[in-house]
Amino acid sequence: MIAEIGHYALVLALALALIQGSVPVVGARLRDPALMGVADIAAFAQFAFVAVAFAALTVLYVSSDFSVVNVFENSHSAKPLIYKITGVWGNHEGSMLLWVLILSVFGALVAFFGSNLPATLRANVLGVQSWIAAAFYLFILATSNPFARLPQAPFEGRDLNPILQDVGLAVHPPLLYLGYVGFSISFSFAVAALIEGKIDAAWARWVRPWTLAAWMFLTLGIAMGSYWAYYELGWGGWWFWDPVENASLMPWIAGTALLHSAVVMEKRNALKVWTVLLSILAFSLSLLGTFLVRSGVLTSVHTFATDPTRGVFILAILVLFIGGSLALYAWRAPLLKQGGIFAPISREGALVFNNLLLTTALATVFVGTLYPLALESLTGEKISVGAPFFNATFGPLFVPLLLAVPFGPLLAWKRGDLLGAAQRLMVAFAAGLVAIAVTFAIIRGGPVLAPFAIGLAVYVMVGALVDLVERIQLFRQPVGISLRRARGLPRSVFGTALAHFGLGVSLLGIIGESSYNAEQILAMKPGQTVSVRDYDVTFDGVVSRQGPNYRELVAKFVVRQDGEIVGTLDPSKRSFTARGMATSEAALLTRGFSQLYISLGDPGTDGAIAVRLYHKPLVLLIWIGTLIMVLGGALSLSDRRLRVGAPKPAKKSALQPAE
Amino acid sequence: MTALRHLLVCLALFIASPALAVLPDEILNDPALEARARALSRELRCMVCQNQSIDDSDAPLARDLRLLVRERVQAGDSDSEVMDFLTARYGDFVLLNPRFNARTALLWSLPALVLLGGIVALVVFLRRQRSAQAGADGGDSAQALTAKEQKRLAELVDGQI
Repeated sequence: MIAEIGHYALVLALALALIQGSVPVVGARLRDPALMGVADIAAFAQFAFVAVAFAALTVLYVSSDFSVVNVFENSHSAKPLIYKITGVWGNHEGSMLLWVLILSVFGALVAFFGSNLPATLRANVLGVQSWIAAAFYLFILATSNPFARLPQAPFEGRDLNPILQDVGLAVHPPLLYLGYVGFSISFSFAVAALIEGKIDAAWARWVRPWTLAAWMFLTLGIAMGSYWAYYELGWGGWWFWDPVENASLMPWIAGTALLHSAVVMEKRNALKVWTVLLSILAFSLSLLGTFLVRSGVLTSVHTFATDPTRGVFILAILVLFIGGSLALYAWRAPLLKQGGIFAPISREGALVFNNLLLTTALATVFVGTLYPLALESLTGEKISVGAPFFNATFGPLFVPLLLAVPFGPLLAWKRGDLLGAAQRLMVAFAAGLVAIAVTFAIIRGGPVLAPFAIGLAVYVMVGALVDLVERIQLFRQPVGISLRRARGLPRSVFGTALAHFGLGVSLLGIIGESSYNAEQILAMKPGQTVSVRDYDVTFDGVVSRQGPNYRELVAKFVVRQDGEIVGTLDPSKRSFTARGMATSEAALLTRGFSQLYISLGDPGTDGAIAVRLYHKPLVLLIWIGTLIMVLGGALSLSDRRLRVGAPKPAKKSALQPAE
Repeated sequence: MTALRHLLVCLALFIASPALAVLPDEILNDPALEARARALSRELRCMVCQNQSIDDSDAPLARDLRLLVRERVQAGDSDSEVMDFLTARYGDFVLLNPRFNARTALLWSLPALVLLGGIVALVVFLRRQRSAQAGADGGDSAQALTAKEQKRLAELVDGQI
């Protein structure tokens, strides 16, 4: 019964989406407030029905109702409760349901917070939002029904893939989807603006918080996925330039570019046409990511060809929305009037430079990800495009971008003073040079360019703070005055500084890990000690343990530094009974920002066990930096001007003095 | 959209006999040769996995390839000879870093083309902006006229009088 309720709720949500997608849009054309008013109610109701459907599937998972195919294939009665719940989106059907749930949440939020939007814009935005929703409800109902029943309920389920039974991976998809789907709002705003043929700085002010929120979630989602890969997959890699990762990186780059161009549009009323295009691109790339991952086209072009129903459906959605919005763009964008003029050297110019390099980086990832697929489907030839390609093309683009980052906030709008900005950045240049010298002096080995990269990271970090320090006149005025000035600054200034600082922090972590990683791969016997950097790691022995739905073999290691015990490491190998699969759980010991990382291989016949031991310097900074970036985004989001809302032109008649 | 799903596929296929990427028994005694073998391994694809290098992969095939690379390195092959050997056997698919040739020319040149296109578009945009500004009366940022523009202005003014 619960499954049928869920299924029916989804059908009702589709019906509502069709109404919300048509009535308010017609209303906006006819300027009919009653018709436009349908959008709000429909958006709330849609959210309610999808929530019912999602709750139904969750109940089915928690109660282990194996008469439902989806539950049978992805759950097990002995699974811990948290993984029964997260198992809801640990599979194709459930994750698509999560996708539409988040989409409906965003729709409801626009309806809720959109009271200060012009009525026609709101009606059109919610209408466009609903077209996307309708397409995905149809997709789920037609090809990926999570509520399908089995004629005869099996006694036990097949269990969730043990690799997915992990907290990191449990929160990864919801975060990623909040990001992907969040970009649908800027997309809907862009399409609505094109339909109306009108766009202004106020539009950018409405769009920016949504984009910022989506960007924050996407950043967190990508960082979480990367950290999960790092500790779960057992060889300490955190980014693989894999198509699935690239699928999430592309909307992130487009979203980052959009955040920056929307600033120009909001402040200076310039770059309108470009900002609208980026809004369309960010969400189009989210859809492309959904297609790449959900269609099976990545596994092989041939899998896609043999079972094309789902893939072709998503491809149709992709073509419809991307093609449709770009066609609309080509038709209507010339109507948008260009605004504020600026010199090449200016804040606007710096943000345009950012957009130029980010767009090129985006194109690089795009072509690297899709080229092998295109080549194979056109000529049948198979090539691989992997990490070496991306490192060679993507890396160099980021050097000028990173050099430019601290300059941006220091340049004035309209026309800036490059030399003046460079003079103000002297501290940052000096800090970078000192970092290079210190790195050369104290660290032996590692790539020749690594110290320079560290210098660049330090320059970005210090440079990010220069604007802040100058504005509050720290070190020039008494601390009290500086603090008072700091309180008076808009939070978005802190947001920018923090986000740019976080970028430098992440870069430092990336260089530390990739350039100065130390490893030991060997077979160890109990009692044996091995050294990595200045740590001595002793293998004590193995014990077995019984987990809720697995058995594990735990190896005990003691870590010493200069003879003192600094910690223990307990990596394990788990075997999951239901699927007959095994996982290797790495153990980590954090020392400052660096980590010791150990994972197990096969036990040998003579009591020895294969061990991979790494020392990863500064590795934690990679994720700490992304958290700082997100914090910067959050600060910017809490800025007063975004809470207060966009300025509305006062009605002329009201201002006329009564004569 | 659980990122890295491909890895799951790969791991799901091979995890029944879990192993680590590079195993202790594979490592060569000569550290210089081993370092070369590791560097080469990072550029070679485990062909039954998705975009994983044989250095990272747990798959038995990756192990076979790692052993093969070490065999060739020990036999005295240069890096490019090892790559040629493997490409001859498994095709271009095995190379994670695609070679530049007619089929991959677009792949390698596209980032540069996009950058160039962007720069050209930007220059055009800024030029047009400047001329629009010159045309607009009292634009919001008054900019000094160029010598040519001043001459033209003088001509117009003279002509009027």
